[in-house]
Amino acid sequence: MSKLYASLSWRLLRVWRRDWLVTRRSWLIGFLTPLLEPVLYIASLGFGFRLLIPEIQYEGQSLTYVVFMAPAIIATNIMYTAFMENSFSSFVRMYYQKTYDAIMATPLSVDEIIAGEIVWGATKSLMTATIMTAVLSVCGLVHYPTGLGIIPLAFLGGLLFGCIGMIFTGVVQSIEMFNLPIFLFITPMYLFSGTFFPLENLPDWARLIAWILPLTHLVTLARNLCLGTITLFQILIHGAYLIITIALLFPVALKVMRRRLIK
Amino acid sequence: MLQKDDLYSSKTLIPFPAMAITVIEADHLRKCYDEFTAVDGVSFTVQQGELFGLLGPNGAGKTTTIRMIYGFSPYSGGSLKVFGEDITTHWRSIRTRIGVCHQDNSLDEEISVRDNLEIFAGFFGIPRDIARSRTTKLLEFFGLENREKLNVKALSGGMMRRLALARGLINEPDLLILDEPTTGLDPQTRHQLWDRLAQLKQQGVTILLTTHYMEEASLLCDRLIIVDHGKILVEGRPRDLISKYVGNKVIENSPVCAELRDYVIAHALDHEDLGHRMLIYCKDNEAIFDEITRSYCHDHCILRMGTLEDVFLKLTGRELRE
Repeated sequence: MSKLYASLSWRLLRVWRRDWLVTRRSWLIGFLTPLLEPVLYIASLGFGFRLLIPEIQYEGQSLTYVVFMAPAIIATNIMYTAFMENSFSSFVRMYYQKTYDAIMATPLSVDEIIAGEIVWGATKSLMTATIMTAVLSVCGLVHYPTGLGIIPLAFLGGLLFGCIGMIFTGVVQSIEMFNLPIFLFITPMYLFSGTFFPLENLPDWARLIAWILPLTHLVTLARNLCLGTITLFQILIHGAYLIITIALLFPVALKVMRRRLIK
Repeated sequence: MLQKDDLYSSKTLIPFPAMAITVIEADHLRKCYDEFTAVDGVSFTVQQGELFGLLGPNGAGKTTTIRMIYGFSPYSGGSLKVFGEDITTHWRSIRTRIGVCHQDNSLDEEISVRDNLEIFAGFFGIPRDIARSRTTKLLEFFGLENREKLNVKALSGGMMRRLALARGLINEPDLLILDEPTTGLDPQTRHQLWDRLAQLKQQGVTILLTTHYMEEASLLCDRLIIVDHGKILVEGRPRDLISKYVGNKVIENSPVCAELRDYVIAHALDHEDLGHRMLIYCKDNEAIFDEITRSYCHDHCILRMGTLEDVFLKLTGRELRE
């Protein structure tokens, strides 16, 4: 019986459209962050760290810290945007606003609602990543045309972290409980995925752990796209990781949300 | 003021009771959770154009029943057909023809009144220009036309309720499901809503209503059921239920003297003794009232009409629920 109202179709775009229209009403707040965040990072890292870390060795290249760090700002933003959208924001819609209850009285299935939300989260990642890339391009930190690869990458990464956020939305009892996955999962990833320092500096066992974490793959792709050093091999390996993980987590997200919503 | 016939634009409904078409058909319908049976073998039908009431104390199974009808909760046993089709297999086409107004308003509070309706129209795949014109009509119908640009959180409780109702009508439903639509509303808003529901009913819209206000149910419902502990206690027209279970006249005494108790028992009168208050269901025998006022409690004794509330309390008991 739990599979009853579960079917997936293009109608998920109606949920996507709802989220888009609601967000558009408060676009200024939504898009000010990705506009200002990279500026703050670059000001801090560029001026503050310049004397501490004059140059950094990454895959045989010698880079300034800002050049090394800038793509990681985009990658972590892709992670945070989709994760927050499908955890906190989706939870508010589900639990407090009862938006899903209302939509479940229309010709939409639970799966379409959840898929629409995840695709929306990925779209939001795409939009904020594009804005950030544009800002960093002005500072001359993005190499083109490879830099354009950030746009599809943001969508893919958004799908992945959206699925993860949605899985937590399906299982947490209260909104405060999101602090747990953030503390145990998101924050460690933010620190240990080759964001602030090259993974080459880590011992082998720590590098292995880093390679299991999804953000590592997002950071590696984003960095090489921005530096213009991307190889086909990197695209295949890291792309495959992202796609396979999405394929595994998306059905889990649908399943836990079905269990939560169909009473 | 909008003409009532204008509200539904794209289709003509057959006014009740041109022919009997069954809209909802529940047969031994059951809903079980792990340890608990919320709905326990409920059978009823609702005909097109009827305003059908679903009454019962809290926890009786009203909302669960409603949720099964619009395909939110899968049913555990029996059968449930809406518009002649099984909800399990035809939920999508059935939901295009249903409008629901939930107990919670579930509105998008951060966006405007108009946006709430137009975005909701999108879930039904209603084209944008039609959504726009329907929104205009519905806002007018519910007296919200001057608030369309306001954010929902700026509305009063009554206005939010009207907006939730307007949203339930955005797809011009053949069946409108209202779960306690008037709870928490002031008398003015409540009367206006009753008026609107009567207009919709006149257009042939079938309405399923749950409410805790018995006055509302007797005024609006063609037929109703009273459920408790997941089972139907009675089914019928409000007037018929009143004359059958309590009679048209009720004598209320408060406080009750011992002599009156003896008198009621000696004459085997149908009554309810609530300690400091006694209800005597005297049917149409007003002579009893004369005798009681004359011989027992002349000051604190009133004769009034029997109500649906009497029926409800008599059948479901007076102890608190939940």
